[in-house]
Amino acid sequence: MPTLKINGQDITVEKGTTIIRAAEKLGISIPYYCYHPGLSIAGNCRMCLVDVEKMPKPQISCHIQCQDGMVVHTESEKVKKLRQHILEFLLVNHPLDCPVCDQAGECWLQDYYMDYGLYDSRVNENKVKKKAKAKPIGPTIMLDSERCILCSRCVRFTDEITKTGEFGIFNRGDHSEIGVGKELNNKYSGNVADICPVGALTDRDFRFKCRVWYLKKTESVCPGCARGCNITVEANLDRPQHGQGERVMRLKPRFNDEVNDWWMCDEGRYGYKFIDHNRITQPVIRMDGAVRAVDWNELTENFLKSLKKLKPKDEIAVLVSPQMTNEELYLAKRFFVKDLGIEKIYLVRTNPDGYQDDLLLRADKHPNRKGAEWIGFVEQDKQTKSLFDQLTKSLKGLIVFGQDIVSLFPEKNLADAIGRLEFSAFFGSNYNQTSELVQYVFPAATYAEKNGTFTNFEGRIQRIRKALPALGESQPESEILMMLATKLHLDWPYQNEEDVFNGLGRSVEQFQGLNYKKLGTEGIKVS
Amino acid sequence: MEKLISRFFDLKGAETLSVYHKEGGYQAAKHALSEMKPAEIEEEVKRSNLRGLGGAGFGCGMKWSFVPRNTGKPIYLVVNADEGEPGTFKDKYILTFVPHLLLEGIIIASWVVGIHKAYIYIRGEYELPYLKLKNAVDEAYQKGFLGKDIFGTSFELDVVIHRGAGAYICGEETGLLESLEGKKGFPRLKPPFPAVVGLFGCPTVINNVETLSYLPFIVNRGGEWFAKLGSEKNGGMRLFSVSGHVNKPGVYELPMGTALREIIFQHAGGISGVKKLKAVVPGGLSAAILTDSEIDVKMDFDALKAIGSMGGSGGVIVMDETTSMVEALRNTMQFFAHESCGQCSPCREGTGWIYRILNRIIRGKGRPEDLDHLLDIGNYLGGTTICALADGAQMTFLSYLKKFRSEFEAFIREGKVTENYANA
Repeated sequence: MPTLKINGQDITVEKGTTIIRAAEKLGISIPYYCYHPGLSIAGNCRMCLVDVEKMPKPQISCHIQCQDGMVVHTESEKVKKLRQHILEFLLVNHPLDCPVCDQAGECWLQDYYMDYGLYDSRVNENKVKKKAKAKPIGPTIMLDSERCILCSRCVRFTDEITKTGEFGIFNRGDHSEIGVGKELNNKYSGNVADICPVGALTDRDFRFKCRVWYLKKTESVCPGCARGCNITVEANLDRPQHGQGERVMRLKPRFNDEVNDWWMCDEGRYGYKFIDHNRITQPVIRMDGAVRAVDWNELTENFLKSLKKLKPKDEIAVLVSPQMTNEELYLAKRFFVKDLGIEKIYLVRTNPDGYQDDLLLRADKHPNRKGAEWIGFVEQDKQTKSLFDQLTKSLKGLIVFGQDIVSLFPEKNLADAIGRLEFSAFFGSNYNQTSELVQYVFPAATYAEKNGTFTNFEGRIQRIRKALPALGESQPESEILMMLATKLHLDWPYQNEEDVFNGLGRSVEQFQGLNYKKLGTEGIKVS
Repeated sequence: MEKLISRFFDLKGAETLSVYHKEGGYQAAKHALSEMKPAEIEEEVKRSNLRGLGGAGFGCGMKWSFVPRNTGKPIYLVVNADEGEPGTFKDKYILTFVPHLLLEGIIIASWVVGIHKAYIYIRGEYELPYLKLKNAVDEAYQKGFLGKDIFGTSFELDVVIHRGAGAYICGEETGLLESLEGKKGFPRLKPPFPAVVGLFGCPTVINNVETLSYLPFIVNRGGEWFAKLGSEKNGGMRLFSVSGHVNKPGVYELPMGTALREIIFQHAGGISGVKKLKAVVPGGLSAAILTDSEIDVKMDFDALKAIGSMGGSGGVIVMDETTSMVEALRNTMQFFAHESCGQCSPCREGTGWIYRILNRIIRGKGRPEDLDHLLDIGNYLGGTTICALADGAQMTFLSYLKKFRSEFEAFIREGKVTENYANA
């Protein structure tokens, strides 16, 4: 365990620790471009050069390992001067087109120029022309070669993480250019825009939608599959004119070395459009061929009235989904089973199994199957099968959470069956075939509009946080259930999702002793 | 003065195995394999003060001693025949006129370090040398001097020739390894050094053609004899490639430490025409240029280093008084800008930037502040990169500016467009 001195502070680190990591532990930040903790060391940007006493040349701190007795200076005049010059080199052929560059605001050239540059330009020569200007290199990424500083992060990402090898550096010297040998079309392509420290690789989906400084960032979890990648929901709430009605501008992966490291898949990254599109924003009652927009009071009262006409034991079925949060599933169980005595409550999948790999993607495209199981819901083919039989025979009422069962099981001709029911309701955020058939439509919030928790396939309970107000009149499902409970004078002890989670802790073994504070930003694995 | 390697340059048919063999060729290798222990030869080589003659001048025996011998992995020998340093053409002579001498050196080095596979990475443009070398390797295999049971011993060695594709940076030893592995010639971060993690992740010895070619002489006549030929800590002779404004350009094999003045005026026949000497590049283009007042320097690694230049590859480029230092520097920096691999920001951007500024100056558009600006850029060009290309570019660049500053100032002041560069 070598002990060394960085800027006068002593630190003892594990053998093999690089200077940049040791400095980080001391809270000393060293600027860098090519270094990325998730990728191999390239050592090419030279921005992280520091002064090590007794070594003749400055050393790159991303590569040099700490040695006992080392004396390192990261903020000496010599190092600062050096950084200024490295930055100047990096900008010699850079177009300085910040006003029209989408990276502006989160560009490391801009940031470091403000931190370490602040010199007047001395470049009087013509810049080297690079070929690729706003060139799409795949469905997700745009390449602006002239802005590239050739840090090779994208090359290393596709070589080492996805092992798809699309990127390469072509030509030599200041004619070097990043390029792709084949279309950048892998399942994780969006990450290269995240790791590109400059405006060379930008996200085609996000490009020019919104300046990054207008974004409100909220920590959340991707609902796209059972992995539960940690993400940040980035929304533009103050300037609606920039988003053409869209509020969520993009999702970004958030580091969690227990779940997704620094990455997320494209499926998850671009799977946010439903938050602002095709939304059910108004309570609706569909009766006798007429569709009426109503208020929440009318909806809930009529719903409860219809519900009470049926025998809960035999005539009503409730379908919940692994798309719902632990809190919602728990409340649904409490409300329908405990309080109303409904016995036919089934967990039905929302999505068919999909692609799975060894990196992040899971075949199970639901964020909370594990949580649903813990709370006591198990998806069973037999149940689903008998449900379809009952739908055409004994069932008189059906309550569906989220799933579009009509299109999910097309061969069953469920549309007719639902049409024949005496009573039907749908809780959900987006229109689908099922929502267009039922009598009572409860507009629900999306995951970005509510608080709650998901349990990933490994049993890690992680929080989602409300990033936006629920659209229109929609409400989080837990709020709707609480509203219904109040109407029935059930006297539940919950005011919000956190109360519900604490309730979970009291009654479901796996949640015992947990609370939102303990879950923190990275969640807790229970197994 | 006795010639060692260069004796074969004038010997008809020396590139063939029969003539080389008749002249005593392969005796040293045979003796080494059958009579000498590897450690014994390694000691002799250390004693000989044989330096790495590719340019770095690192002690050959010392280099071998860094290679871990018992890792369970194979050890490779990589022969650097990617002679690309401008002004250097001595390896070409060896490869063309006496390739068997190199092969003999390879056998000896391999025996010492315990190597069974050697790769010769030869410069792509070297067509004829390649053909001669190829022929020599074939002959050696046929004769049983390569392959299995060499000279009837149980020693086994395979030699593979790999042709480069023309990048200067692939002569940098780790750039060469990358290229040899089929990748882009990007020099590697060090540590680890190639001696420990080299070709295909295995311990690797990388030696220059000329360095290896001196091994048979050392085996035959002893390390002490070789050391005495040269100057202190710079053993033996070396091949100086002399070019430029001299009467007799060519390859001269002279003792380490021979005065530069002697090389130019005695061996290379002095300056051509009735002109005066202006400047000399003493060790390939990357070495700091010397003025006419500095040519009494002893041409060995340490003496040249002491005056701020370097022995480098032994490429001596002589410039007479008619040479424009502005043009010469512009061409030099064009070379470095063209050959920078583009990995490290300072080298990639710096060499090109300097070249474009010089280009502007040469078009008559120079500004008085350009020189100080150039010096400032130059100060940060070297010492900040993965490999030594930028260090070399920096050394030569700053030497021109410092030693011939008044010429640059006058050039900018007059602002005249140099004829050949109007459209540069």
